[in-house]
Amino acid sequence: MTKKDVIIDIRHLSKSFDGVKVLNDINLYVRKGEFVTFLGPSGCGKTTMLRLIAGFLAPDEGTIELEGKDISGIPPYKRPLNTVFQRYALFPHLDVYDNIAFGLNLQKVPQDEIEKRVKKVLKLVSMSDYEDRDVESLSGGQQQRVAIARALVNQPRVLLLDEPLAALDLKMRKDMQIELKEMHRKLGITFIYVTHDQEEALTLSDTIVVMNEGKIQQIGTPIDIYNEPVNAFVADFIGESNILKGRMMRDRRVAFIKHEFDCVDEGFGEDVPVDVVVRPEDIYFTTDPAKCQFKATVNSCTFKGVHYEMWVDTDTGYELMIQDYDPYPVGSEVMLYIDPDDIQVMKKERTANNYAAKVTGEGKVEFLDTEFACDTTGFETGDEVTATIRFEKVDLLDHEEDADLTGNVVVILYMGDHYHLTVKTEAGENIWVDTNDIWDKGDFVGIKILPEDIKLSKRAAGNE
Amino acid sequence: MKGKKIIANAYIWLLLIVLYAPILFIVVFSFTEAKSLGNWTGFSLDLYKNLFTGSMQNSSGLISAVKNTLLIALVASAVATLLGTIAAIGIYNLKGRKKQTMTFLNNIPIINPDIITGVSLFLLFVFLGISQGYLTVVLAHITFCTPYVVLNVMPKLQQMNPNIYEAALDLGATPSQALRKVLVPALRPGMISGFIMSFTMSLDDFAVTFFTRGTIGLDTLSTYIYTDARKGGLTPELKPLMSIIFLIILVVLLVINIRQSKNTAKQ
Repeated sequence: MTKKDVIIDIRHLSKSFDGVKVLNDINLYVRKGEFVTFLGPSGCGKTTMLRLIAGFLAPDEGTIELEGKDISGIPPYKRPLNTVFQRYALFPHLDVYDNIAFGLNLQKVPQDEIEKRVKKVLKLVSMSDYEDRDVESLSGGQQQRVAIARALVNQPRVLLLDEPLAALDLKMRKDMQIELKEMHRKLGITFIYVTHDQEEALTLSDTIVVMNEGKIQQIGTPIDIYNEPVNAFVADFIGESNILKGRMMRDRRVAFIKHEFDCVDEGFGEDVPVDVVVRPEDIYFTTDPAKCQFKATVNSCTFKGVHYEMWVDTDTGYELMIQDYDPYPVGSEVMLYIDPDDIQVMKKERTANNYAAKVTGEGKVEFLDTEFACDTTGFETGDEVTATIRFEKVDLLDHEEDADLTGNVVVILYMGDHYHLTVKTEAGENIWVDTNDIWDKGDFVGIKILPEDIKLSKRAAGNE
Repeated sequence: MKGKKIIANAYIWLLLIVLYAPILFIVVFSFTEAKSLGNWTGFSLDLYKNLFTGSMQNSSGLISAVKNTLLIALVASAVATLLGTIAAIGIYNLKGRKKQTMTFLNNIPIINPDIITGVSLFLLFVFLGISQGYLTVVLAHITFCTPYVVLNVMPKLQQMNPNIYEAALDLGATPSQALRKVLVPALRPGMISGFIMSFTMSLDDFAVTFFTRGTIGLDTLSTYIYTDARKGGLTPELKPLMSIIFLIILVVLLVINIRQSKNTAKQ
């Protein structure tokens, strides 16, 4: 990449609302003519990022450069960017023509030129005969076309689209996706697109930026993101997946579901805990005992249109999802194998909960703004330590009584034989929990940690 | 069944008669020249003639009262429309508790009795040492009109797409251009009905005007009629004047209603 290919360069961008960090040190560049999508669940910061680029918000820290010039201090009406809003935001008192001509009229472009450009852009969005129509008489899809035309007619350097198709029905959404892609190809303008719909992102983008909790999780092409997710969050968010706990035995050899498999990943070290992702379409049925890597029993089989979705119980007690064109009857014993290429090994983000803690007295330690009882032998009052709690040692309760602290379940991952939950405490800290109990996203839970499950260690420099 | 319907109809007519009898009474007796109210001395347009040619006693006082009334109503409702619209935008952009509190505070002056508003404004002006006259009456009218504008503009803001202001900025409009070209047109219907409401509230106000007009002899129509009636019977020419005012109000109301039904039909 050369410097002149870059149209938008974002460095160390941070933004907080009411003390909550919505964007945390974002670094990103966008190439000229690229179709970039910010993808993530609601509240991940993707819309905030778009609004910062558009200029409706000012960053707390960091810079946004457009073609080498910092635009962070420039008001939105002076930025050569245009936005397509989620709910269209057409001006209800103007007709289609005047809506589209709004920006050009402000620039005092001559009327005959305006007419030419409005007609051209109306043709581009296939709305040629609608010039005089009242915008409120148009359907949702038509209004969105007008909104796109209104933005494009100003020939922006970058077009920003904030979930533009979210309000349309499925069929219309699919049609508009194809048209948007076609427009992007024809015009060569850089598109920055925001969506929470992973399928839409995979269909449209040259580059996807997956975001969660104000941080970029992964940047890559749709194929990279799908086939090689860097962590369990991305794997879970994009497409269907089996996410499993594993152990890297040595290079090109990984163990999970209590079986060992060949894989193509190297450089993790020996006997290292990892996360493994296997897409449901990458687990194959076989009748050849020589090919069979493990056996399983089909416990459900559902027709999904193109394929069948089956849940199987492996001989080692794990549940896996498999997608195949052929159904296998429920209860039947099947032989399965996975290609080394299709096993995606990911570095574990963490292997236990670690918190900066302080010994507050004999048998007492404080972390997560809460005082816990635990064994403090070998430490003095006032010592700064690290408290470690294994995921499976955190108890979740459905009531507040006898809980040490409370929080809400924010992420649930099914790991084949247990659930891995992320629980956000009232203070905004995360606790990760392994459990067999079924919780729902958003559940309010009491958190209980027993004294014997808290292990203290000397605080290593820079370790949290 | 049929008997029930007759009773229901009779009830409605009775109600309407009771409601409108006083007005009808004035209108009917504006077409006779009898000096004392309630005497019918035959049909005549003399009172109307006197009213318009000015050949009645103290006609200059009446004319200046009408002028004052219209001027005060016009200025007060124009300023109230401006202030109320800005206030509504401000309140709309508040969040949660603050928004609730401000809406509540806006509603208090509306239900507050006029006499209390009048007396308290009178005390305030005396306390601040502002000499009472035109200025204080206009200020007082702006005070009680503004909440009505807020009340009328608020629903328009709630209906409005919150992104259209940003969309205008995005397309190159400066904040003031966005306000003029996008926000005001979207809020215009609410501003107009707020203006009309303020105008009528200001026109028929008596209590607040009475307490804030001071001693310089400033009269609006309502205070003029009050003084006139106390001086020794109502000047007969006021009957046709009231009939005309009633007619004007009726027309304005009809126009508003037709506009509203057209708007709802459009949606």
